[in-house]
Amino acid sequence: MKLDAKIPEGPIEKKWDEHRFHMKLVNPANKRKFNVIVVGTGLAGASAAATMAELGYNVKAFCYQDSARRAHSIAAQGGINAAKNYQNDGDSVYRLFYDTVKGGDYRSREANVYRLAQVSVNIIDQCAAQGVPFAREYGGMLDNRSFGGAQVSRTFYARGQTGQQLLLGAYQALSRQIHTGKVKMYPRTEMLDVVLVDGHAKGVVVRDLVTGEVSSHAGDAVVLATGGYGNVFFLSTNAKGCNVTAAWRAHRRGALFANPCYTQIHPTCIPVSGDHQSKLTLMSESLRNDGRIWVPKKGGDNRPPGQIPEQDRDYYLERRYPSFGNLVPRDVASRNAKAVCDEGRGVGPGGLGVYLDFADAIGRLGQDTVSAKYGNLFHMYEKITGENPYQVPMRIYPAVHYTMGGLWVDYNLMTNIPGLYAIGEANFSDHGANRLGASALMQGLADGYFVLPYTIGNYLAQHMGEDVTTDDQAFKNVEAEVAGRVDRLMSINGSRSVDSFHRELGKLIWDYCGMARNAEGLNTALEKVPALREEFWNDVRVLGSAENVNQSLEKAGRVADFFELGELMCRDALDRDESCGGHFREEHQTEEGEALRDDESFSFVSAWEKKEGTDWQLHKEHLEFEYVKLTQRSYK
Amino acid sequence: MDLTLHVWRQSGSNADGRLVTYEAKDISPDMSFLEMLDVVNEGLIEKGEEPITFDHDCREGICGACGMMINGNAHGPQGGTTACQLHMRSFKDGDSITIEPWRAAAFPVLKDLMVDRSAFDRIIQAGGYVSVNTGSAPDANEIPVPKADADVAFEAAACIGCGACVAQCPNSAAQLFTSAKVSHLGLLPQGQPERYQRVVEMVAQMESESFGSCTNHRECEAACPKEISTDFIARMNRDYFAALFKGKRPASAG
Repeated sequence: MKLDAKIPEGPIEKKWDEHRFHMKLVNPANKRKFNVIVVGTGLAGASAAATMAELGYNVKAFCYQDSARRAHSIAAQGGINAAKNYQNDGDSVYRLFYDTVKGGDYRSREANVYRLAQVSVNIIDQCAAQGVPFAREYGGMLDNRSFGGAQVSRTFYARGQTGQQLLLGAYQALSRQIHTGKVKMYPRTEMLDVVLVDGHAKGVVVRDLVTGEVSSHAGDAVVLATGGYGNVFFLSTNAKGCNVTAAWRAHRRGALFANPCYTQIHPTCIPVSGDHQSKLTLMSESLRNDGRIWVPKKGGDNRPPGQIPEQDRDYYLERRYPSFGNLVPRDVASRNAKAVCDEGRGVGPGGLGVYLDFADAIGRLGQDTVSAKYGNLFHMYEKITGENPYQVPMRIYPAVHYTMGGLWVDYNLMTNIPGLYAIGEANFSDHGANRLGASALMQGLADGYFVLPYTIGNYLAQHMGEDVTTDDQAFKNVEAEVAGRVDRLMSINGSRSVDSFHRELGKLIWDYCGMARNAEGLNTALEKVPALREEFWNDVRVLGSAENVNQSLEKAGRVADFFELGELMCRDALDRDESCGGHFREEHQTEEGEALRDDESFSFVSAWEKKEGTDWQLHKEHLEFEYVKLTQRSYK
Repeated sequence: MDLTLHVWRQSGSNADGRLVTYEAKDISPDMSFLEMLDVVNEGLIEKGEEPITFDHDCREGICGACGMMINGNAHGPQGGTTACQLHMRSFKDGDSITIEPWRAAAFPVLKDLMVDRSAFDRIIQAGGYVSVNTGSAPDANEIPVPKADADVAFEAAACIGCGACVAQCPNSAAQLFTSAKVSHLGLLPQGQPERYQRVVEMVAQMESESFGSCTNHRECEAACPKEISTDFIARMNRDYFAALFKGKRPASAG
């Protein structure tokens, strides 16, 4: 298979404009003859569905939640980047492009990232026009802040609820189209497979999560906007329902899965409090602007933090990285926290935590100032832990937050299956090996509002009049497979709950394919994960019926797919014999313990093709860098 | 701690439901309320009984999926907190806790603690938006918004659509939910062109659903996990009557 990213010719700043000019258009009167299926209603899915409906296409949109408004984009706190340069501090499309490629540790496509930076400015215009209540200055203009170590202030925000407000904007745009009848919305409906007719994606098979009914929907194209796969770790900052099933089912039908080992671990999350833990909660990394991170110098020092004198504390980030100190990038902060905990110097229950101490900041600025800056975060921390961070240091630990990998797509956001698109976190395209803060919202909305609605027209224009209905035998076959799989999960009737398997799988992936990986551990995981999957298929217990609401059954189907994905993640991590961004191979580090890339051998996208059984074949898309100079990151 | 739970079990929309008693043992004060239910469910699965169904997703208080009556209070005893952010340290050893679904005709029970809140979606569909197609927006800074207006609009926009307001209201009224969106958009310059048509459309939709009428109990405000003010209801009523004087009528009225 030859991978063609279909990157347009020409200078980088002209590629998108030229491409738009050359793409075929669908006549306005013909748009209503096309049906497009959109799965997932987060930022990418809702914005794409609404925009395509505005253009005149008939859209069917699906989400597993009870309402489109609940997709997990809603939980994003920090903000959204855009190269508006409203602050007059030297930002530009080119600078945002450059920062994003560098931040991704040079493992993304230049052309895609440049387009992302270009349309970022349109996103802010669109959202402001929708009434998204962005933070404002007293003069009424939009406010910006610097985020995630960026040297310009290009992040737009709505208090700590930027994701919520952007999603509600897209949800409202979607609701308007539902009202006009251009979008038919199917909430509480889970996509369980994609249907191919003559090699083209022509529909989906879904299960109604209330009645249990399995049914088919046909369309001229299928768009997957189904988010990331962080829940393979069981514990993550993702919502409980987030899953890889839609993407994985597409992968099993032939769509390539790219860079699955690129996962992002966020350093400032509230640590696990016990075995009952069901998810992890992120706290904005802005806390690192004023908090000092430390652990006791000696392992097993169980004194309360207030009784540990200064000389017995190790402010390890300040010690190792004197110039960046507590503000090193996410991956560096996370790995160092793990290292000190592995040395037995972690704090709190289970020893998996480090202190984030505001005593100095309170002494220097006063409690009122600290409260004005971080009051809501301190309040949230106290609600969850029962501890008052004004009096005792916070405890934090890294947690899985975002997955850069996903379905391989070309410049048009189409997978290698014609007519099947992947947008937002579900695709692999723009963040390389590491995503910068405030870039996820930007990419989701760029794909949904401003890229896919154009590129999908180019495909549809070439497929007029190919009327496929669900009467086609292909639909019947896939429906039968889906129903068979549901029956199989219901009939195992084993002894262990779905969650118990999911927790065990998550721990394996976390231990061997988490913040730091090595060949020995990955090989161990490649033995243990398939063995556990085998046990799952023989011993999982799903009670109740498949003919009504059955949350255990829903989870079982998702966990079954996480088993296969988990194995591929380990395969990919083993194959990528270098360190880059969120992928840290212990065998490849500098003398100071920093990630060491191997540009000579690994400047490529790993795109995996599913073969028979549990085998995969690797395809490589080589990355060319014409504009950005590859350098080693240094934060000393 | 050990607790006694009385949980509403109902196998489907048309089935009869009843309270079933379960013992929850060795509950850690650090668990969230939903994690406590997870533990109970694991115990039920082990015994071969179907686990308790309840809606939940983000578990960080922002998606609005979770919601249940906990000893008669929507989202439980702690103010400004969703059920997923309520922690068991709010309870003590030996407590009895009654857990029921939202009780409102407009939110029919689907199973156990899970209800159908699609009426809320239909209210937004009726007019809870600014009609602006993708691509037609002017530069974002061409529409200045006074900071004070933006801040109040944000307070209204913080609604998570969980339904606690309806569940706590003795009349099961949806005024707080509806007024939050009417006010968010009505306070901003972007929302002005449709301001009066929007309010009549959304109120008409609200009244066509099975919600009750607002009689100013203000239980909704007390139950709201985002502490949204009933001032917005007053604001919606003003806009609504102004709209009627302007001759605005819902499109469905012909």
